[in-house]
Amino acid sequence: MNQALLVAKNLSRRKLRTLLMLVAIFIAFFLYGALECFDHAFHASETAAAADRLVTVNRINFTMPLPINYADRVRQVAGVKDVTYQSWFGGYYQDPKVPLFMFAVEPASYLAVYPAIQMAPEQRKAWLSNHTALAVGKKTAAQYNWKVGDRIPIKSNIYSRKDGAAAWEFDIAAIFSDPDETARENLVLMRFDNFNEAVTFGRDQVNMLVFSTSSNKLNDSVAKAVDALFANSEAETTTDTAAAFNRAFAAQLGNIALIVTLVVATAFAAILMIVGNTLVMSVRERTREIGVLKTLGFRGSTILSQILAESLLLAILGALLGLLVAAGAVAVVGRNIAGFGDTMRMTSGIFVGGLGWAVLLGLVTGAIPAWSAMRLQIAVALGRK
Amino acid sequence: MADPFSFQLRHVSKRFVKGKETITIFDGLDLDIPAGDFVAIMGPSGSGKTTLLNLLGGIDHVTSGEILFDGRRVDTLSENQLSAWRAANVGFIFQFYNLMPVLTAAQNVELPLLLTKLGRKERRTNVATALELVGLSDRASHYPREMSGGQQQRVAIARAIVSDPQVLLCDEPTGDLDRTTADEVLGILQLLNREHGKTIVVVTHDPEVARYTKRTLHLNKGVFVERTALA
Repeated sequence: MNQALLVAKNLSRRKLRTLLMLVAIFIAFFLYGALECFDHAFHASETAAAADRLVTVNRINFTMPLPINYADRVRQVAGVKDVTYQSWFGGYYQDPKVPLFMFAVEPASYLAVYPAIQMAPEQRKAWLSNHTALAVGKKTAAQYNWKVGDRIPIKSNIYSRKDGAAAWEFDIAAIFSDPDETARENLVLMRFDNFNEAVTFGRDQVNMLVFSTSSNKLNDSVAKAVDALFANSEAETTTDTAAAFNRAFAAQLGNIALIVTLVVATAFAAILMIVGNTLVMSVRERTREIGVLKTLGFRGSTILSQILAESLLLAILGALLGLLVAAGAVAVVGRNIAGFGDTMRMTSGIFVGGLGWAVLLGLVTGAIPAWSAMRLQIAVALGRK
Repeated sequence: MADPFSFQLRHVSKRFVKGKETITIFDGLDLDIPAGDFVAIMGPSGSGKTTLLNLLGGIDHVTSGEILFDGRRVDTLSENQLSAWRAANVGFIFQFYNLMPVLTAAQNVELPLLLTKLGRKERRTNVATALELVGLSDRASHYPREMSGGQQQRVAIARAIVSDPQVLLCDEPTGDLDRTTADEVLGILQLLNREHGKTIVVVTHDPEVARYTKRTLHLNKGVFVERTALA
């Protein structure tokens, strides 16, 4: 036997109570882990976005269109390097409930603005030349088991074709990767000219312009110049960095960070009280035993460390279980949400952060009973005074 | 050469403050307990028996006076020093055994040894020896709830002697036992005194204890009223 066994034995003395405390801590850290993973996923594209890339959208809302000729006018602004444009297609393959991250883009300019995109030269050539060509990110290609040369029907829940066909037929011309922004590997990119010719509405209109600047130091001045260019026009614009745009996009889904903070803080406060109170009761029940241990020669500091070890063990065990289950859950959820497959995951930072909170929780909940036990007088503990 | 006295109490006073009232338990108490003594301390409730045992064991403090153990003052030791002193020199036996319910008999006996530098193997040997001495070798893996009161008290005795302390302090060790079991327990204490030279102080209401001890002291209102040498 050793002191560690003594700690374990004390925790197992009322198994149901220990189990309930573990469950409470498990729930708190499951919530913490899952919500932090969601938060990480939402901010992944923001942090990955190139610093010299700007996005221009309609000032009213990014779902409102911009005239396609804005691209040519933006190209004339000093400091602008390459300009491309894109429209959300609202595409899905077979199952309308599982949307594709699909945009209509102009291939040549798109590849200029996103130079990190990698595809085989012959595939690049095919995408640039074939009207019905489709470039698919390697993760989506793997998800649907698509290969270059496949002909696939894709439907849109926004756009219908002028020819009345229900589906758009595409030839997969390229499968690409993007080591700088792996989230991009979830995208499906159709040619804008194909889109523009076939749609029944929204011709010559785009959702956003994306352009690079010759230096990220020019970002502010270029953004102001672009927005000034379209001031008082039929479609005024707002221009920001790609990172800021992604952040704003994520914010539309709610302030995830605030939700994480509120939910985790509430759960922690509740659990702090439950576990703390339960530990106080548990130690109080052992008052006589603590007195006996001190009588045998155990120092107050030894008793203190034993009770702190109990609360720490409980907190860390509950947290480990919660974080591991959260890691599994978000991995499953991430696989089923297009675009989040690789970003929605338990990072080492989230995991270590969670364990840090567990240590703090263990120390705080154990502090009062451990301190009381350390100071407990033997004669009082044994009921002899 | 070992000091002939285990304990020497010199002009010991003990007072408690309860509200506005000060209760005097002892006022200038003197007592010598020679090494190898087996002494019973008897007296009515409130006479100060338990307080005296607490003072001897360093789990309560004198208001004034001195307590010497082996010729050295222990009343001036800090809490940590007292813990170490108790671990090395004193074994306690309580009326209600006070075993850890989550530990087996062997683990309960091993508890004091966790404070020593002994290795696991040596600890096991010592535990086995202590359990054998109290006749409970076959109950080593049993939990307190699986044992009778007498067996639990014998485990408590094994726990008290496993680290080979010089002194055993017993608080009503037979108070919760039937006559036959009480006699068995007292027989073990007598054996420890006679064969192993332990100094034993027993606080008790049980007049039968006197048959086993070398002498009996009667305490009344904090004063020894009668001293009977039986040995």
